[in-house]
Formats: sequence, structure tokens, C-alpha cells
Amino acid sequence: MEASLKARTPRPANGPLHRLSNLLYRKPNLYLALLLIPPLLWFGAVYFGSLLTLLWQGFYTFDDYSMTVTPQLTLDNLAALFLPANYDIILRTLSMAIAVSLASALLAFPIAYYMARYTSGKTKAFFYIAVMLPMWASYIVKTYAWTLLLAKGGVAQWFVDQLGLAPVLHFILSIPGVGGSTLSTSHLGRFLVFLYIWLPFMILPIQAALERLPPSLLQASADLGARPWQTFVQVILPLSIPGIAAGSIFTFSLTLGDFIVPQLIGPPGFFIGSMVYVQQGAVGNMPMAAAFTLVPIVLIAIYLSIVKRLGAFDAL
Amino acid sequence: MVFLLELLDMTLAVQFTGVSRVFGEVKAVDQVSIDIQDGEFFSMLGPSGSGKTTCLRLIAGFEQPSAGSIRIHGQEAVGLAPYQRDVNTVFQDYALFPHMNVLDNVAYGLKVKGVGKSERYARAEETLALVALDGYGARKPAQLSGGQRQRVALARALVNRPRVLLLDEPLGALDLKLREQMQGELKKLQRQLGITFIFVTHDQTEALSMSDRVAVFNKGRIEQVDSPRNLYMKPATAFVAEFVGTSNVLRGELAKRLTGQALPFSIRPEHIRFADDQAAGSGEVEVCGLLHDIQYQGAATRYEIQLENGQNLSISQANDQWQAGAPVYQPGQPVTARWARAAMIALQDAIPGEGR
Amino acid sequence: MHSDSSAQGRASWGLKLAAWGGLVFLHFPILIIFIYAFNTESAGFSFPPRGFTLNWFSVALARPDVLEAITLSAQVACLATAIALILGTLAAAALYRRDFFGKEGISLMLILPIALPGIVTGLALLAAFKTLGIEPGMFTIIVGHATFCVVIVYNNVIARFRRTSYSLIEASMDLGADGWQTFRYIILPNLGSALLAGGMLAFALSFDEIIVTTFTAGHERTLPLWLLNQLSRPRDVPVTNVVAMLVMLVTMLPILGAYYLTRGGESVAGSGGK
Repeated sequence: MEASLKARTPRPANGPLHRLSNLLYRKPNLYLALLLIPPLLWFGAVYFGSLLTLLWQGFYTFDDYSMTVTPQLTLDNLAALFLPANYDIILRTLSMAIAVSLASALLAFPIAYYMARYTSGKTKAFFYIAVMLPMWASYIVKTYAWTLLLAKGGVAQWFVDQLGLAPVLHFILSIPGVGGSTLSTSHLGRFLVFLYIWLPFMILPIQAALERLPPSLLQASADLGARPWQTFVQVILPLSIPGIAAGSIFTFSLTLGDFIVPQLIGPPGFFIGSMVYVQQGAVGNMPMAAAFTLVPIVLIAIYLSIVKRLGAFDAL
Repeated sequence: MVFLLELLDMTLAVQFTGVSRVFGEVKAVDQVSIDIQDGEFFSMLGPSGSGKTTCLRLIAGFEQPSAGSIRIHGQEAVGLAPYQRDVNTVFQDYALFPHMNVLDNVAYGLKVKGVGKSERYARAEETLALVALDGYGARKPAQLSGGQRQRVALARALVNRPRVLLLDEPLGALDLKLREQMQGELKKLQRQLGITFIFVTHDQTEALSMSDRVAVFNKGRIEQVDSPRNLYMKPATAFVAEFVGTSNVLRGELAKRLTGQALPFSIRPEHIRFADDQAAGSGEVEVCGLLHDIQYQGAATRYEIQLENGQNLSISQANDQWQAGAPVYQPGQPVTARWARAAMIALQDAIPGEGR
Repeated sequence: MHSDSSAQGRASWGLKLAAWGGLVFLHFPILIIFIYAFNTESAGFSFPPRGFTLNWFSVALARPDVLEAITLSAQVACLATAIALILGTLAAAALYRRDFFGKEGISLMLILPIALPGIVTGLALLAAFKTLGIEPGMFTIIVGHATFCVVIVYNNVIARFRRTSYSLIEASMDLGADGWQTFRYIILPNLGSALLAGGMLAFALSFDEIIVTTFTAGHERTLPLWLLNQLSRPRDVPVTNVVAMLVMLVTMLPILGAYYLTRGGESVAGSGGK
């Protein structure tokens, strides 16, 4: 009897949580502010604070003799970016980023096209996971795997020997600007590793763009008399360009900022990332390192403004 | 005296006084005043964007008015959160909690009020029986048909025994047969429980067939509040005449010639007939025109006539003879239409400010 | 009629070969890691492997430096994930429904740490820590990781919010639940798997991160940093191989879990007839 009476009595609705809930209901702006304050504080203080510090320190003075930094403002670091030696570094990194983006678009397109147009249900899920897995698999381990693959006496060598392609490899490695003394110290090797590591980032946006393309569009094109290759060139390709552009944002900017792959595979010669790393670490010239980070930021900003016109942001 | 007035107010379930709701530049609800009686089946009818749903959300507490007062059973509701109001809602998309089974969905209102487990399940079962869904408690909403989900949403909203039930186009997603069946059941349920139903719909047939009274909304304002019969027979404005049922609204010189007044008037198509050989009676008026289209609609046939002044006139004639005679009229033929003077309803030009 | 089947003609042999060949290309290096972890050889990378052994696992797991690195990485990833879960969920809750001034800016701000190259974020954090006199260590690693993990959680949670009909929240309040009860009984259960998925992805991202970490780690050595350091020590190859396989697994399994938790995105929760 008592139990049922108790059950019938509604819980008093005036606890502190209930009152807070009433207050927040009446003041939606307060509620919004309470939600936003923690992330804004974190990003404002930690992240933007750091970025501003970095920018500011790019104007500090580094004394070459005493190897010390003084907070005296100077434009020397920015000017030094335009030295021919640094110019080489920028050009080397930039050309690699462009080559990797182009090649991954070429390689990714058929995979994405097959995924979007010819798979459904379980096969589509399988392909999706099969692209996501290598994308998320450890970056450093993937790079390590390629040092194993490309090493002298390693897997690549073994396959080349088995197939009797040693002379071909030898010829490719002798091409200047592409080759090198061995696969693992060649431009080609470094290019392959970059291509491998960033390829999934290109596949998924293209696949998403193709997936959005309604089948009726292709039927309409065929209905109007287009042959399959005409449909491909006139309809499919133009509509997949935003996806390609979106994917290239990743391949381009990730290659541009990398310093681990250039350090482990390929011929000597700095990338932008390695330059920043060495200036800060080995040399201790934080101002120069800070100034150098402006290079990828500016290049990426330029790149984004180009691909934005191709509709990349709608396909992200 | 004040005490007496408040007592009078208690018979009002919901009272809007000069309520407005502005979203940015848009006046979704503009100076609306309504009195909804306790125990009434009240419908809010209007096209989409006319403000009817916003009014419902204002009663539920999902929106707060920009101006005006809303009283629910005499108590000022402005500033109260939805959970502080004794009203419950049946949502257009049902809004069943997908992670709970049917019984937990229905028992939710009792759970958050702190009602013990055994009692709330017993009462939830009872309410499920009320909507003829006993035995479905263990299913997930995704395993139900559209009509069943609709009933669960109804049971969930009724479990708290609210004094006012809000229904936001609850039948819109159902097919025609099911919708007609649910209309009957809702009406029966409302009589049985005796609680106030406030029903939002854009379907005029639905509003007419179920309601005690209907408010017709247009552009955030109320054009007319009346019983279904009055709404149809005596529309106050051109908008009501044309939105509720089909109407011929005639204006200008023609209206003046026929009624002697400058106001536009409405005449229902089924109140017009073709002139026969006899002369028009004193209580009748006549117009001439060209028959340009005939639509056979089954129970009735619709004739479209182009009048001499360019206006269109629709005539509807019941096909109430079981023997199909040869069609009398052909498109392109000049015809004379005739109707009783008393069948013409004079309309107000402007929207009235108050909807009471 | 299933709409897919009408579009699904037959792929040409060339396309099939390119697609499946691409998958092989993507997975072959991963396979190599798994093969080498069981290789009997103690030095060098010769192929094909000489024999099969589990011996190196016990050797690797007995090494104090390996265990320390694993522990540090796990701690960092857990704490960074916890911070990212809180900040990402708050940001998603604030941004998903209401429009307000600066909303675009905030969502851009959340993406910036992964949109900008890791060297920029890493060096910026290092510069700030140095300026403030904070000694780089586990704390600074966590701060860096949390910053770029927020967006992962945010993306998962806001996607779920958008997929969940807002009328569920209104229905709950309509039935008498206050804000807190609505959060506990309705929002949290509907968000649960998205939080789990976001958390797992954030964990994987943090566990594997190396570029930002290089700058913020000081003398600490996370597992990826340990691996990087190992690459210059050819004598230790078998241990490196075993650890590489473990790291690969730790970063790959969460994506599988997250996929299964968030699939079926087409069905809109709470929507009635559709």
C-alpha cells in the first residue's frame, strides 16, 4: 500500500538540475554560450595563441655566431626565404606535391569509378573498408613497410629479378630527376611512397562525387545518342572534377608538409618540412623555422583558392 | 468579480491574446487572438506557411511568442518550458524514440515524472489498449507500419492524461483509406476522453469532418473561426471561400450588377444550375457565357464557363440519376447559368483583425 | 526496382583489373608487415622470408623501451581522446541547429589543425610552450593531440545530430522531461555509438601521430617516435617488425569498429513513415 502510494507521488521537480534546465530553457543564448566556451577557450588560447606566437617569432633575430635567438624584430628571415638554396627546396617540394596529386588522381579514378558504378551492397561495403583500412593504418608503419619493400634485396628487388626486369629497372633508375643509385634512394621510390600513403585520400572524395551522380543522367546521355565514351567524357568526367579537386587538397597539402618520408626514402636534399625540422632542431634557429612554415601555408592558400573554383569544397 | 471572471476563463482550454511570432523579417504569426473551449475538437486549417503549425508550437512551448499572451487553462504559459505545461503533442513525423520499444515509448512521460516501474508499465499497457495496440509493447518503432506508429505516438501523448492534446498533421503520412479510418477513431477517442484536441491540418475535408470549430489561417492571421457548416455556407472572406471547398468568387461590375453591392461575393458550383426554358424567378439571377470545358468526376460533373466579362464560372452538377442519359452540353456551346439570389454570400474585402 | 541494378552494367576487364589491382597495391605493403613480423631471420630484409616464428613477440614485449613507449602512447591517446570527446561534443551540440554570427568561423577553426600541415601545428605549439616556459613532455603531447582530435569527434557527433530528428528532443520535453532528463534518456542513447566511433577514431589518430609529436614530445618517446628511431638501428629489425605490426593493428581495428557503429546512415532516426 505504502509502496504504491510512493510510486504515485511524482518526484518533486525543483532539484538544482531542474532549475538549471528551466533557466537554460528561458535563456537559449546562455545555453549556447555554455556549450561554446570550453571549445572556444581551448582553440582560442591553445591553438590560435600558438599560431600567433609562431608568426611573431618568425620576426625574431637569430645570431649566427652565438647561435641564440633575440626578440629583436627583423624581416631578414622572410627575405631569406627567397635565397636560391631555399628556392630549390620549395621547388622540389612543390613539384613532388603536384606529381603525387596528378598520379593519385589517375590511379584513384578507376577504383572510385568501379566502386561507385559497379558495386552495391556487400561488395561496396567491402571496397569501402578496403580503402578506409590502409588510409587509417599507421602512417609510420606504412612508411616503414616501404623501406622494407624498396630495400636492397627486399621485396621489390625480388619481384624485379623473378620477372627478369632488372635491365628495365636499371634504365629507369638512370634517368636524371627520376632515378637514383637504388630504388630506396631514388626520386621514384619517394614518389611511390607518397603516392601509396595519400592514395586513399583521393579515392574517397572521387567515389563520393560519382556516387551522387544519378543513373538517370547517364541514361539520359545514352538516350540522346551518346556512345559510352562520349558519356564518360561529356558527363561523368566533368561531374567528377569537384571530387578530384577535393581529393587533391589532401594529396597536395599532406605531401607539402611531410618531412618523415623524405628523410627515410629518396635522395638527399631538403623538403620544406625537413627544412623546418632541421632549422628548429639541429640548428636551433626557431625564427627561420617559423618563417619557413609560412611557405606551405601560403602555397596551400593559393592551392585552395584554385580548387575552390573547381567546386572542391562542395565535394568535401 | 475578478474571481468570477477567472472562473469563466477556466472553461477556456487555450486563450491567445494578440499573439505574434516573428522570425527575422517574417511574421509567422501576426496578432492572433483565439479562444479554444475546454473539451472542444478545434482545428487550425491553412496552407503551408500560414502560421497554423507555429501556433501549435507556441501552445506546446517549442516556440515563445514575440508579443502577446497565451493562457492554458487560465495559467499564463509564456516563458514556460514544454515540460512545464499540461499539454502533449502528436508529432507530424511521430518522433518515436528509435532506441526504445513501444512500451517504453509510451511509458516515457510517466518515467520522467518519477512514476514507479510497475505502475507506469501498467498505465502504458492500458493506454496502448486504448489505441488498439495491446500486445505490441515489445516491438521497436521501426518494426511497425505507418498507421501503427501513428497510434503509438497517440498513446504516448495520452499517457500523461493531458488536458489539451495537440496534433500536428498526424494523418498526413497515411494513405487515404487509413486516413479516413483514423479520422473516425480520433473523433471517437476525443469524445470518449473529453479532452481538448487541437488539430493542425492543411486538408479542409479532414478539418470539416472532424472538428467542432475550425480556424482558417492565412499569412499568419486568422481569417475566420467558425463551425464547419458555417465556414462552408457562410465564408467571411474570399480566401476562406476558395480554400474551404471550391467556390466562384465574383467581383467588380458583375458583382455589382448581380447583388447591387460593390463587395465581391461567393457562389458554390453546386448551387448553380443551367437555365431551362422558363424565365428566371424574382429570387434568381442569371449570367451568360461560353462552356469551354467539361470534367466528368464520377459523382458529379464539372462545367467550366467563360463569362462575358472574362471571369471563369464553375458549375457542379450531381450525377444522381442511375440511368446515364446522353450528354446535353458540348464544349463551345453558349449557355446561361442561374442561381438563387440567397445562395450568394457577400465577402469582406480585407482580413478582419480579430479571429474571435 | 532497385535503382542500382539499372545503372549496373558490366564493367570492362580493364576497369576491373585497375580497381582490384588498386586494392592489391593498397594492401600489399600492409601484408608485408604481417609477414615480416613472423620472420625467423634476425637481420636484413631479404625476401622471401626464411621461416616462421613467434619468438620475436616475446623478445619485443620483454623490452622495457618498447613497453614504455606503448604505455606512453596509450596514456596520451586515452587522455587526448577524452578531451576531444568533451570539446567535440560540446561544439557539435552548439553548432548543429542554431544559426548565429561566427558559426562558419568556428567550424573552420575546428578543422584547421588537420587542414594545416602538421609541421605548422607542431612548431606553433612548441613555440608557445617555450615562450610560456612549459617543459615539453607527456602533457604537451596530449595538448597537441587533443587539438587535432576534436574535429574527428565533432564530425561524427554532428553527423548523428543532423540525422536525429529534432522532434525527438521536442517530444521528450513535451512529455515532461527537463533538459537534463532529455539529455540522459534521449540524446545520449542516440549519440552513444557516434561518440564511441569518434572516440575510437580519435584514439587511432592520436596513437599513430608523429609529425606534431616530434615537436611537442621533448625527451618522451611515443610508439611512433620509437619506431622512427628504430629505423636507424638495423640490428633491431625483428623487434621493430613485431612492434610495427602491433601499431598497424591498433590503428586499423578502430576504423572497422567505427564503420560498424555508424553504418546504416541512410535510415533517419525518428522519422516516421519513410
